[in-house]
Parts: sequence; C-alpha cells; structure tokens
Amino acid sequence: MTKKKIEKQLSLPFRNAFQMSLRSLKIRFGRSIIVTMSILLGIAFLMSVFSSNAFTNALIEKGPEALRATMQQNSQELRTRSIWLVSLSLLVCVVGIVNAMLMSVTERSREIGTMKCLGALDRFVMELFLLESLAHGLLGSIAGAIIGIFAITIVFLLQHGRLAISVFPAGALLKYSLVSIILGTTLAVIGALYPAYVSARMEPAEAMRREV
Amino acid sequence: MPKEAIVRTIGLKKTYMLGKIPLPVLKGIDLEILKGEYISIMGPSGSGKTTLFNMIGGLDKPTEGKVYIDEVDVAQLDAYELAWLRCRKIGYIFQTFNLIPVMTALENIMLPMIFAGLSTDEAMEKARQLLVTVGLGERIHHKPFELSGGQQQRVAIARALANDPAIILADEPTGNLDLRTGKEIIQLLKQMNREKKVSVITATHDLKMLDVSDRVVWVRDGLIERVEDRANLDIKIGEVEGEEAG
Ligand SMILES: Nc1ncnc2c1ncn2[C@@H]1O[C@H](COP(=O)(O)OP(=O)(O)OP(=O)(O)O)[C@@H](O)[C@H]1O
Ligand SMILES: [Mg+2]
Repeated sequence: MTKKKIEKQLSLPFRNAFQMSLRSLKIRFGRSIIVTMSILLGIAFLMSVFSSNAFTNALIEKGPEALRATMQQNSQELRTRSIWLVSLSLLVCVVGIVNAMLMSVTERSREIGTMKCLGALDRFVMELFLLESLAHGLLGSIAGAIIGIFAITIVFLLQHGRLAISVFPAGALLKYSLVSIILGTTLAVIGALYPAYVSARMEPAEAMRREV
Repeated sequence: MPKEAIVRTIGLKKTYMLGKIPLPVLKGIDLEILKGEYISIMGPSGSGKTTLFNMIGGLDKPTEGKVYIDEVDVAQLDAYELAWLRCRKIGYIFQTFNLIPVMTALENIMLPMIFAGLSTDEAMEKARQLLVTVGLGERIHHKPFELSGGQQQRVAIARALANDPAIILADEPTGNLDLRTGKEIIQLLKQMNREKKVSVITATHDLKMLDVSDRVVWVRDGLIERVEDRANLDIKIGEVEGEEAG
C-alpha cells in the first residue's frame, strides 16, 4: 500500500478569496443591488441630514446679515430638530443595513455548510463574507453619501440661489461623508459577519439543514 | 490478507432534542466498512440514514459512541484537523447537489483543491481532467443553474473526487434524478469505486443501487436490521421489490 504523505495544511490564498467575493457580487447581481440599495438609502438619508446642517451652519456663519439674523433666531429650534433627525436617520440606517445584510447572509447558510464540507475553516468563511460585505458597504455608503450631498445641495440652491454655492461647506461635508462611509461600511460588515459566524460555527449538517 | 477498515462505528447513538422531548434517531450502530468497498445503507424514510451519514462524515456530533475514520477517532480531532479530514479524506455528495451557486462547474471542483493548498493552475488542470472523467468535458464554464440535475450531480462527483479522498459519502445521490439519469450516476460512482479504489458509502432507498453494492446495510428505526453480502443479494431483490409494492 503506497500512501502519499500529505502535509496537513489548509489554505485560502487572498487572491482566490478576493476573486470569489467579486464573483459572488457580480453573479448575485440582483441581490447585490438590493443590499447595496439598502445601504445607499440609509447613508443617503443620514448624509442629507448632515449636509442640511452643514449648509445651515455655513449660511449662519458666512451668509448676509439679514439671513443670519433670521437663521440664528430659529437656530435653537433648528438644533433640537436636527438632533431628532440625525437620531432618526441613524436608526433607519442601522436597522436598514443590518437587516439587509442579515437576510442576505442567513439565506446562504447551506452554502456555508457546503464549504465546510469541502474543508473550509471558519475563518475562510469569515474572510469571504468580510470581503463581500466590505465591497457592499463601501459601494453603498460612497454612493449614498454622494447622493445625500447632491440632493441637499440642490435644495439649498433652489432656496438661496448662488449664495448656497458661495458658502458651500466643503470641509464639513467631507468630514460628514467620512463619518457616514465608515459607519455604513462598519454596519454592513457587522451585519454580514454575525450571521456568517453563526452558520460557520454550526456543525455543517446543521448549517445545511437550516432553512430560511 | 484481511482488509483494513476505513470506517468503524461503535455503539453510535444520536438523539435530537425537540424542545425538551428527546428523539432518539440512532440507537446504537456498530458498523465496519472496508477499504475499497461499495456500501449501500438502505432503509425507509426517517430511519436515520442521513443522520448516520452525517456522523460518519464528521458533519455532526454523535450523542454517544465513536466513529473511527482510518483508525482515527473523529471526536478527538480539533476544528482544524476535522476540516482537513473533510477536505482530504472524504468527498461528499448530496441529494440536492449542493454546488456553490455562484461558481462555474470548474470552480466548484477547484475549491476543495484550493483549500488543500494546490495552486490555481494545478487545481484548474486537475479539475478539467475530472470533468472529462465524469463526462462533462465541454461544460466547464457553466454555472450550476445552467446544468441539468444529472449534470450537476456529475460536477458534485468530480468535486468529491478532487483531493483523491479515501471515502465518498453520498446521501441519496439519485434522489432528485429520473430513472435513467439515476442509473448513469450509479454507474459513474461504481466506476470511480473500481478505478480509483475509493470506498463508496451511499445512503439511499433507490433499489437500483443494490446491483452495484458489495454489501447492503439495512437500517430500520435507528438500528441495523441486517447486513447482506453481494452474493446473497440477487435472490432477495425480488422479495424487496414485492415488499415495496405492497
Ligand atoms: N436536526 C434534527 N432535529 C430534529 N430531528 C431530526 C433532525 N435531523 C433528523 N431528525 C429526525 O430524525 C429522523 C431521521 O432522519 P433522517 O434524515 O436521518 O432520515 P432518513 O433515513 O435520511 O430519511 P430519508 O430517507 O427521508 O432521507 C427523522 O424522524 C427526522 O425528523
Ligand atoms: Mg435522508
């Protein structure tokens, strides 16, 4: 009996993992779009609230005297309202994104079980879903941030005309965009890794049985 | 020369908990499967075939008893060794094929080889050969949903063979296929069993499987009812078919 001695090692090279994740995004395009849209909507909403605040502040700071007076008058009221809006949009964002990711990964429990039958370690599974959700998160949040800024810029343009351009709060918007993108991506990753972890930790038989 | 056992189970029991009510499914299975053997585990629906399949394959943990694969106690393995065992020693085939839906036929077969540490090129070359072996040479770049059930099962067989396992475990491999396709798949499994000397263990209620089996293990209510050798089988087939019809 000749038996080849095999090194006891298992691996998933990054290049392969990356390709697999990209492939999965492309082929599950319809699903990917829905997931990305949920992230996009959440972040766009959040970003529009942020942008609206940024524009208002810019107008108060740099706008003409008359406008400044009326704006400042309302500013206390505005501030309470904007805290409400930000909290609300954060909530929408968190629930929307986490829900979309949870759904899309939980329904792939069988796939995770199958991969484990083929010799995948838990961390291979996590790596694949990390890459996938990173892509979803980044794409959705960046697009969402752009759309949010764009929409609010138009609103302020319509209200204040050129003035909106001259006070354009680029610095604040950039800062808020970064916050939103990091938030959206983090939520997407958490929302995906949690169910992936649950399925990966199960015995493969159980993961493959789990119907959603 | 006495043949070595590739799989051995001793007093294997599995009890599922349905809420607080224990549901014993396997009630003490002692089974020895030899290297190179083609074994069919037969039994009515609900008798515990899939449960036994999962225990033998290291896909679930027994409540009691032991499973030895190649004389290694599966319960003693850590997560890494268990994954390695699943990767290199055992090839799995399922009733529902379980191909990774986003990968082509070729990529599905490559996956276990990538896990095993082969380079992409090596894996691709071998996957191509395996596809030819199972008779799907031209379907390389098709996705599972572009393939018929029989073709998907062929890809699954090729994938199961990817790392030259010692054992192929097949749970109702013909369960979702029509009569003729089922026959072809059985023939293919038998051919692999003969050519590659891989032990084939199928859980099934497909009587077509009897023809190719070296031994048949009849399971009923979580216990082995009887084990029959190939030699004694021919006489019994008529009897069984009568039983099924009645
Ligand atoms: N995870 C589980 N939790 C609870 N009960 C289970 C579980 N898995 C299986 N069972 C029960 O165990 C019994 C045996 O199931 P099993 O799937 O092993 O049967 P089987 O012989 O493979 O049947 P079939 O021929 O229909 O596939 C069934 O009564 C089933 O309901
Ligand atoms: Mg079954």
